[in-house]
Amino acid sequence: MSQTVALRLSGITRRFGETLANDDISLSLERGEVLALLGENGAGKTTLMSILFGHYSADAGTVEIEGRKLRPGNPRAAIKAGIGMVHQHFSLAENLTVLENVMTGTERLWLPRSRTAAARRKLLDLAERFGLRVEPDRRLGDLSVGEQQRVEILKALYNDARILILDEPTAVLTPPEARQLYQILRGMARKGLSLIFISHKLHEVMEAADRVVVLRRGRVVAERRPAQTSKDELAELMVGRRITRPVRAQATPGEMVIEARNVSVRRRDAIGLRDVSFTLRAGETLGIVGVSGNGQSALGQVMSGVLAPSAGELIILGRRITRADVPAQVRAGVGRIAEDRNHEGVVGELTLWENVTLERIGLRRFSRFGVIDRGAARAWTQEVIDAFDVRGGGPDHRTQLLSGGNVQKLILGRNLLAMPRVLIAAQPTRGLDEGAIAAIHSRLLEARAAGTAVLLISEDLDEVINLADRICAIVSGQLSPEIRAEDADARRLGLMMAGDWGMEGAQNAV
Amino acid sequence: MEMIAILGSQGLWEAVLRIATPLIFGTLGALLCERAGVLNLGIEGIMAFGALIGWLAVFNGTGLWTGLLVAALSGAVFGLLHAVLTVPLGLSQHVTGLGITLFASSLAYFIFRLSVPLAASPPTVRPFQPVELGLIGDIPFLGPVLSSQTAPTYLAFAIALVLMYVLFRTPLGLAIRMTGENPHAAEAQGVNPVRVRFACIMVGSAMMAMGGAFLTLSAFNSFFPTMIQGRGWVCIALVVFASWRPGWALTGALLFALVDAYQLRLQSVLEDSIPYQLFLMAPYIAAIAVLAVTARRARVPQALMKPYRRGER
Repeated sequence: MSQTVALRLSGITRRFGETLANDDISLSLERGEVLALLGENGAGKTTLMSILFGHYSADAGTVEIEGRKLRPGNPRAAIKAGIGMVHQHFSLAENLTVLENVMTGTERLWLPRSRTAAARRKLLDLAERFGLRVEPDRRLGDLSVGEQQRVEILKALYNDARILILDEPTAVLTPPEARQLYQILRGMARKGLSLIFISHKLHEVMEAADRVVVLRRGRVVAERRPAQTSKDELAELMVGRRITRPVRAQATPGEMVIEARNVSVRRRDAIGLRDVSFTLRAGETLGIVGVSGNGQSALGQVMSGVLAPSAGELIILGRRITRADVPAQVRAGVGRIAEDRNHEGVVGELTLWENVTLERIGLRRFSRFGVIDRGAARAWTQEVIDAFDVRGGGPDHRTQLLSGGNVQKLILGRNLLAMPRVLIAAQPTRGLDEGAIAAIHSRLLEARAAGTAVLLISEDLDEVINLADRICAIVSGQLSPEIRAEDADARRLGLMMAGDWGMEGAQNAV
Repeated sequence: MEMIAILGSQGLWEAVLRIATPLIFGTLGALLCERAGVLNLGIEGIMAFGALIGWLAVFNGTGLWTGLLVAALSGAVFGLLHAVLTVPLGLSQHVTGLGITLFASSLAYFIFRLSVPLAASPPTVRPFQPVELGLIGDIPFLGPVLSSQTAPTYLAFAIALVLMYVLFRTPLGLAIRMTGENPHAAEAQGVNPVRVRFACIMVGSAMMAMGGAFLTLSAFNSFFPTMIQGRGWVCIALVVFASWRPGWALTGALLFALVDAYQLRLQSVLEDSIPYQLFLMAPYIAAIAVLAVTARRARVPQALMKPYRRGER
């Protein structure tokens, strides 16, 4: 019996200050099993895995690997015991080759010469055995994100990992890539490896796992087999109450607010835009799906006035946009949710009121003769906080104290309370948990109902299908032909995102 | 015509190797620090201190090689200081480095003043002598050029080869490069980035100090406080020019030395028509021009100037 248990956690408890991140967690992993650890952000998944991998040590409880106790708080010991960790943010070096990334630290440091040939053979063997194709001598930075992930997995296997832990492995992948990854993981399990993957995505848990353990607020709340449960049940277990994402109602679009004709944007260090054309009317939402890094940033930035179009014609609210001018966009009534909320959306060191009023600080409302009217600024901020249910701080608190979901609500609030005529929403729910996502979605739908034209740029297909009227995919800076949301499903959008724009082919392809 | 004739002169190429040597030491030292992820702007001061302490040791009766070793050790000590401030404490590498430069150059001058009485002409030591090369010395042109060089010049070339080998052919080199690119990944693979950084900064700083000592123990035979003359800064630029590769660092140092040696000779030819200050600027202008072209394609170590703290991303 004990032969088949690869890993057993018993009574793991870990406290950070006041909060109990892990509360008496026990679970076991069979040999050859794929176990999904499902939970919202902050449920304690990552803490648990960090304890397992030795990044932290637990306050109480033990980790046993193949019947032997693991020395706590020591990554080396974990690696030696056969645990391999695939982090969400890869632990790789872009400027080194695939082989170099894999080899680092695997040889005695004072060896007079690296045994490169042997290492290459071992790497290629592993790649072959587990279906993870790689070219050992490519520079890592030249690989796609999916390929980089393969390298990360191979790195763990190279260290003779028998138990593999993957932290949100599909967060960076396209749907087809994700599906391919599940297959690889299943194949690895068949060959005797044991896997745990962390996720908050219901569909992938249903698809890829043999068994699902649901964590909520640091405790194991349920254990299910996918065949015996449903997405709805898992969602409820994970959140602790019933949460349904809202869906748009039928609406009639109003006047034209954005007209883009063959807009191009050149960027030196990233993909720009090529010949992008679309229209957007008041009270309408256009969804743009795509794998990250395909020109979404450029699209969001040119619409927000951060970048100027280098060719083509862009008319927003009747004004021809020829140069980058953010303040003019804000004055004209363009609200913006920046892609990276912590870098572009807010300044973490500043207070909530400073962040809420910053882009409108020149208005008569907030300042006179160049002096800020703090009372008015604070009052307005309080309004945003109340109306958008921002939790975690008042107007005078520093913004970096808020959680991601609350920062996003704050950003959304400062935009929507000003009644924008256009809202550019770039990745509005990236990394947020189900509760926050539902809240943001209802706000976006309210804005649409109130006549705001919403340009929704997102990687979350369900989000786009629920919120948008029309959907395009963005691939290498180009927009696909658009389809109506009624005609969209995850598979079809997945194909569009992969660049397969032959619309009939979409029906038949796998 | 004469401008081209200079290029064929033996004296020019002798000078090139002599001028390049301290730059090679310094550039390789700075390169090693940066490969591990730490910028060491202490170089200018460390070179000055190495120049003084090496010379002072020899002036007080030790052998030339001992003097060079003393200089290297003093460099390692300043390296240790830089490492303590920038690695575990994570202070700004710019500010720390500039601070060390100011501190080390002032300390060098102070010690010089304490130990050597003021005199009209500074005291001298007997410097390194050219190495006898036997048969090689008989090769036309190349023979005499090489025969005029001293042993530390050969040492500089040897260090370049060793560094090339270590960085790209050994597990240690891979650990160093990984530390400069992604110390978190290095740590996760069982490499200790803090130790690697300490070691690289100390060894790199020792090389810088040897570059300084070459000036007082081979190129010249006495110490004067302003003798480094920005050579350290040139090394920092050469590292970028070299795209963090030792082979290119060697090439870059030789190119810079060529322009420098050439302009020195050009001065005497054209001194009537063009002010000599313009010639003095030539190597630096050339360096900036080359940097403007090459720096953009350079592959910077991704973790350069980023302090490493365990557990933080």
